[in-house]
Amino acid sequence: MSLDASPTIARRDLADRVLRRGPLEALATTIIAAGVVMLMQPFSLTLYSWSFATTLFGTVMFTIVSKVRE
Amino acid sequence: MNELSASSRITYRAVMVRPGVARRIRGLSDRTLAWLFITPTIVLLLAINIFPLLWTIYLSFTNYRANRANAPTIWLGADWYQSILTDPDIWAAMQVTAHFVIWTVVIETVLGFGLAYLIDKKFRGHGMWTTIILLPMMLSPAVVGNFWTFLYQPQIGLFNYVVAFFTGRAASSFQMLGDVTLSPWAIVIVDAWMWTPYVMLICLAGLRSIPDYIYEAAEVDRASKWRQFWSITLPMALPFIMLAVLFRGIENFKMFDMVNLLTGGGPGSTTEVASITLKRAAFESWRTGYSSAFAIILFVTVFGLANIYVKALNKVKSR
Repeated sequence: MSLDASPTIARRDLADRVLRRGPLEALATTIIAAGVVMLMQPFSLTLYSWSFATTLFGTVMFTIVSKVRE
Repeated sequence: MNELSASSRITYRAVMVRPGVARRIRGLSDRTLAWLFITPTIVLLLAINIFPLLWTIYLSFTNYRANRANAPTIWLGADWYQSILTDPDIWAAMQVTAHFVIWTVVIETVLGFGLAYLIDKKFRGHGMWTTIILLPMMLSPAVVGNFWTFLYQPQIGLFNYVVAFFTGRAASSFQMLGDVTLSPWAIVIVDAWMWTPYVMLICLAGLRSIPDYIYEAAEVDRASKWRQFWSITLPMALPFIMLAVLFRGIENFKMFDMVNLLTGGGPGSTTEVASITLKRAAFESWRTGYSSAFAIILFVTVFGLANIYVKALNKVKSR
């Protein structure tokens, strides 16, 4: 019987690389900044309408990922 | 010998005559004592920060009006949020806020960094100049708003006379606070005048934190002053500049006092920033539920920006 462990290890490597505080915080920060820009831009009312949801999502995400391990 | 016996007598009496409270406190663990000390602060925080916030969130989903407190309150769900986020007037107020925030932050950052760069050169009398530059920052916004209203007076205002002197126009031919085109710039000028020194202080801290040996190494490598500025000074001062930009951005996003004193949002709604719109909805139209929803939208935005600010602050601290 042979056990192929490589996909699990690869998945864990990817998870280790992505699910760290640094990249997730950077992503959350980008989403917050995008929300603020959407709130204040003068071009599209649709973007303005979605700005609050975007900022709220980014803020909640930032609060959660700031508890993730370094 | 006598001193020893006297001190031991005092200790003995202290041990023998223990007050009840002291005995009870001595029996408490460190953890309990810590909780005992921080409980008043937590209670105060809950009473004046957390409870009003939760109450505002609740009100933002209702039709509550503060001037009709006894009227039945109806649950409206997210209606107010939908109304605010599709209202072109509120969108316009956000754009006025954006104009104010962007221009003040740009002007304050450029001037503040420039002044910090000059002050950092430690020329003769730089201490006195630093104090003079910092003076506007120490004034109350209410005072600043009032005396700039006088400076902007078309008939007697010093600002108009200075502009007239340099441009050749008649001093009374333009109104900084009454003109639709000029009034947004009038509030930008006042804010930049008041808060550039603050940005200068933060940038100065950044410039002073750059070690001299880096410049000495650059001199050895024959790097020009221009190259030193772009490769050493600016990158190393950048976290501090970011900090100043974020702080001023957050502060100006919720700017109320100075704008209210200078223009009150006018003429028309050309200087009606978000906080002025909020005040009008809350205390002139008495739409408490609606204004609560608007306040929550502004709060989430400021809270999000504050998160970025704290992240930038930690980056500066780790240096």
